[in-house]
Amino acid sequence: MKEKMIAKVTENKEISPGIYDMRLETRGLNASPGQFFMLYTGDGSRLLPRPISVCDCTDDILRLVYRVAGSGTSLFSRLKKDETLEIMGPLGNGYPPEPPENAVLIGGGIGLPPLLYLGKKLSACCSVTSILGYRNSDLFLKDEFDRISKVSVSTDDGSLGVHGTVMDVIKNDPSLIPQGSVLYACGPLPMLRAVREYALSEGLKCYLSLEERMACGLGVCLSCVCKTSSTDPHSNVDNARVCVDGPVFAADKVELN
Amino acid sequence: MNNSKDKYSPDLSVTIAGVPFKNPVMPASGCFGSGQEYSEYIDLNRLGAVVTKGVSVTPWEGNPVPRTAETCGGMLNAIGLQNPGLDLFIERDLSFLQGFDTNVIVNVCGHTEAEYLEAVERLSDEDRVDMLEINVSCPNVTKGAIAFGKDPAVLEDLTSKIKKLSKKPVIIKLTPNVSDITETARAAEQGGADAVSLINTLMGMKIDIDRRTFALANKTGGLSGPAIHPVAVRMVYEVSHSVSIPVIGMGGVMNGADAVEMLLAGASAVAVGCASFNDPEALIFVIEGIEDYMIRKGMKNLSDITLLQ
Repeated sequence: MKEKMIAKVTENKEISPGIYDMRLETRGLNASPGQFFMLYTGDGSRLLPRPISVCDCTDDILRLVYRVAGSGTSLFSRLKKDETLEIMGPLGNGYPPEPPENAVLIGGGIGLPPLLYLGKKLSACCSVTSILGYRNSDLFLKDEFDRISKVSVSTDDGSLGVHGTVMDVIKNDPSLIPQGSVLYACGPLPMLRAVREYALSEGLKCYLSLEERMACGLGVCLSCVCKTSSTDPHSNVDNARVCVDGPVFAADKVELN
Repeated sequence: MNNSKDKYSPDLSVTIAGVPFKNPVMPASGCFGSGQEYSEYIDLNRLGAVVTKGVSVTPWEGNPVPRTAETCGGMLNAIGLQNPGLDLFIERDLSFLQGFDTNVIVNVCGHTEAEYLEAVERLSDEDRVDMLEINVSCPNVTKGAIAFGKDPAVLEDLTSKIKKLSKKPVIIKLTPNVSDITETARAAEQGGADAVSLINTLMGMKIDIDRRTFALANKTGGLSGPAIHPVAVRMVYEVSHSVSIPVIGMGGVMNGADAVEMLLAGASAVAVGCASFNDPEALIFVIEGIEDYMIRKGMKNLSDITLLQ
């Protein structure tokens, strides 16, 4: 039987304003890039677990990089070394593991951590290009992307890299994405929409990791659905469950309206 | 095994509308799917029943997202009764439940009277179904469901029509979003219901002050969780003292103590809802919590759990 686990915090530090890098001592977890864990607050007034994507996973350490977005993640940010929390996972499908000829990671904001893990795995077998969108010059995790890939950056405020979005980076230099590349994207919905449109128009294979409000994380409650381009075999309507059928979907299989 | 007098196994079994239950604990409809996902976390054979998510004659899309929002001590949901429709439900979900030694209660929803009756008629022929629970209380759809559950005359009429068709015992699931829930409970009883279950969610709203809009796409949603437990206990108490049919109590049951409270208020059985989201093993902990309570109080049978006054 599967069950929740209790994990000990070995490190939990703020790496950028509101962005925390937490390492948990775990044993024998085998989490793939794109999968996530549910984190429980342990506070009875906050019933629901918080889904957090895997940023790295080795035999004994689970790394989660998360943004403080509300009361639950704020509680996590205050956890100190040697304190424990309940987690459950890995959950969700993750990115397809087959390496392409050229992988292009396209991420924005708190969508970057799962792409870093994916890039680490893929860089062992293929060339990796990263196009990373940030709000400003605070480029968290960029140094780690530099180690595994050729990196281009955009910032919303123009303080570094291309002024604008990841799509402006691509428009400025289409050669970043040679034909036959496979795109892997994670980030805010407007970015995912733009990447999806681009991939479909260029005929590129593209995988999008979606985010949606969840309750159970197990495919039961039907809170976190996304619209699919054809009838989903499980739901029997045009809805797939982000938590179990995703969070990673092929771009042509989902509608992001 | 019984040589120590404080070590014994209390009898948690109960019979509701002629259907024997090994214990009084079951999931609340909508919080457990059809049991398949949770069967990786708990042994379904330990449950008094599996109560499946509301199913209708044809597939329903449900509401736009966001469908869920957490609130203090609870959660709002406006799923909108998304379901795969009766054909796939029977073929896949009921088939999955074949092998388990637990009762199966199928929750039924519809837009119209005809849809309810068609679903009831078809499910009556399914051997794996032990009871039907009629959802006349979902607050998140614009047609059907709660529209049948608020007006006592309409509810009595629908109940009696369902009873005429159904070969399975019928539970009517009541909404708390009425001024006097004993009126709708009595209407269900008058219509011939074999039991009532309550409460469905309380209608609520959450506003995101940063985005200055509604937290749920549906604007309103149903509130569940420990925040509503005292309201549910009060209503279970009122209804169980107003009707003579059994009451299945639910609303914010998180542990054995909450379940015992429901039983003391007059419920014959207890359903566990969003506690499963907080812990997939919640149903098992509730069963064990009731057992521990009975041992602590020296009670042998579930019927010993009664108020002293």
